[in-house]
Amino acid sequence: MSTVDISLTDVAASLALIALAIGVSYWRRAELEQDLAVAVLRSFVQLTAIGYVIQAIFDSDSLWLVAALLAVMVGFGAFTARSRAKAVPGVLGPLVLALTAAAAITLGLVLALGVFEAEPRYLVPVGGMVIGNSMTAAAVALNRLADEVHGQAGLIEAMLALGANSGQAARGLVTRSLRSGMIPLIDSTKTTGIVFFPGTMVGMLVAGAEPIDAVRLQLILLWVLLGSVAIAALISVSLGYRGFFTPAHQLKEPPA
Amino acid sequence: MLRDLSLAIEPGATAVLGPSGCGKSTLLRLLNRLADPDEGRVRFHGEDVRELDPLELRRRAVLVPQLPAPLPGTVADNVRFGPALHGEQADPARPLELAGLDPEYADRDAGRLSVGEQQRVMLARALALDPEVLLLDEPTAALDERSKHGVEETLAALPCSTVLVTHERAQAERLAQRVFEMAA
Repeated sequence: MSTVDISLTDVAASLALIALAIGVSYWRRAELEQDLAVAVLRSFVQLTAIGYVIQAIFDSDSLWLVAALLAVMVGFGAFTARSRAKAVPGVLGPLVLALTAAAAITLGLVLALGVFEAEPRYLVPVGGMVIGNSMTAAAVALNRLADEVHGQAGLIEAMLALGANSGQAARGLVTRSLRSGMIPLIDSTKTTGIVFFPGTMVGMLVAGAEPIDAVRLQLILLWVLLGSVAIAALISVSLGYRGFFTPAHQLKEPPA
Repeated sequence: MLRDLSLAIEPGATAVLGPSGCGKSTLLRLLNRLADPDEGRVRFHGEDVRELDPLELRRRAVLVPQLPAPLPGTVADNVRFGPALHGEQADPARPLELAGLDPEYADRDAGRLSVGEQQRVMLARALALDPEVLLLDEPTAALDERSKHGVEETLAALPCSTVLVTHERAQAERLAQRVFEMAA
């Protein structure tokens, strides 16, 4: 594969666009100047740090280190998703399980099918994408779940009152939450190549790869992501709804 | 919310009378274990309800909510829901009749009925479980005078025991053999 060299001067030059963004914010009094500065600083520090970490892992060629890095990503991802789905009680456990399963199953499958080789060069970026997309899908699905339970508490309790267990009473909303977790990626997959160019393809094209190779890799990744997002959304809502119920099939927060 | 309450409910028709906000609905929810008391005990036929299977208890002591909460689907879907949960196929005709609804309603969309008709669907849905006791939470509060009268006639003719919660003394006295009064 061809390589590209990007100097720090090149990176610094792209700050011109940040200056433009800050200018827009200042001019229209959007008061985003400080946020933009923080975003620039954090992206620089975080990406540089992860760059060195990944370099070190590539140099060591150790799959254990890959697993450790992915575990850290799962941890961060679960905490981030929890902060977005605060209204779901006891959600951290389901999230850790959902992200771990999504990463393990998808990476396991692509390795078993021989799509990628078991090398850090593939596992780290693919694992990161899987965990990141799974995190977003799980957070969206759980958020929807909390809204549904809140909005439909009367109906849920009516079902419980007829002898439904909590799983039966929550079935409809669990399905709707699963859908809302999966739909954004399905929609963006439908429009890919027309409305936007996905990142992997852009990266490969810039790095000098043949367009058809870039497209094939991108297809693999999109389809892998669809699978992982389904796993993450399914596990997080299937376990997450339990947080709203007691073991005696009661709603913890009864309808107002 | 509920304090110093001691109550023995016999078979037959019982009413609990009290102003709104005094905890009448909470009392009903304790009886079928949709909620648990912080202190004290609720017994059903002498057994602490926490020792019973909550799902079986709720099929024997069925709550009819104050506001109709129809499930998506037809009237028949609603009536069949409870029995289907434990693998029974119910014929909606009989419960509908007991609830004062023409069996022709079976195929209609439950969500599009009037509030009075929906309240009768709630009743039919509960009766389909063949309960020992119905827990009725202000069953006519959402209804106009005419439908209220009709629903009261239906309630008076129910084949099972009832615990009726109401803020209306006249209704309590019309429908129940025993009336308990709760203070605010």
